[in-house]
Amino acid sequence: MRARVLIRPKAGILDPQGVAVERALPALGFDGVENVHVGRLVELDVAEEGQLQPLCEKLLANPLVEDYEIEIVS
Amino acid sequence: MKFGVLQFPGSCDEVDALEAARLVGDAELIWHRDRDLQGADAIIVPGGFSYGDYLRAGAIARFSEAMESVIAFARDGGPVLGICNGFQVLCEAHLLPGALLPNINLRFTSRQVRLEVSNAETAFTSACPAGRTLSIPAKHSWGRYHAGEQTLAAIEDAGQVVLRYAPGENFNGSVADIAGVCNEAGNVMGLMPHPEHAVSELTGGSTDGLCIFESMRLAVQGAAV
Repeated sequence: MRARVLIRPKAGILDPQGVAVERALPALGFDGVENVHVGRLVELDVAEEGQLQPLCEKLLANPLVEDYEIEIVS
Repeated sequence: MKFGVLQFPGSCDEVDALEAARLVGDAELIWHRDRDLQGADAIIVPGGFSYGDYLRAGAIARFSEAMESVIAFARDGGPVLGICNGFQVLCEAHLLPGALLPNINLRFTSRQVRLEVSNAETAFTSACPAGRTLSIPAKHSWGRYHAGEQTLAAIEDAGQVVLRYAPGENFNGSVADIAGVCNEAGNVMGLMPHPEHAVSELTGGSTDGLCIFESMRLAVQGAAV
């Protein structure tokens, strides 16, 4: 099955990439855009759904500083 | 005594680490696929971009065969020094508390920094000069040290904060100006700046990094007595 994992910086930890993007937007004419955060997307085919959570915990995310969200695509 | 210096695809500072270690003892490179630590008395996990920093810096290197042996070596009390990418690998491997995050200034910054020795009694700082800062180069884009509130309080209380950026030197935004930490047992230490680039006046302008390798030699020889 195909799965999609979204990895986000944990709330409360400064995300300078998100801040940089947010600050660049007004100069491009986009006002009122707030709370921007930059994360990572990993897409993969797995044999068993049960593999996904341990895979995320061990490798795809650092649970100390990142949250992750698993979505089964097909 | 003998140092073992790990080498991953993408490591770039292993040779300077090898040369710095050789000022103090013998040293050999250990290829990341090799489980054999070749009788090393102390291990150095060097700086660079192992696996291109893909996914997260140090996230993949942590699972290498050599690191499996290093983790066992560390759990048995063996001395392990992680420099820059090595620090990242040791945090990912949970041999050290906390994590490294992108610099708040979002720039790869390469500059000399002054470091305060916050704990001069560790196996990595016992030979460092008292009463003055160490001048050591830092070069990284992903070096902001982060630990949760409880972890931070615990490591401060336990004297696990080994090195701090002197006032004005903390360009990456590390919490509590932390530049280097050790584990609870005191045998594993990681730091973002590069002591191996500060061992020769000709090339580094400062030899303040040498005391870290010297401290490790003393710790190993003291333990052997």
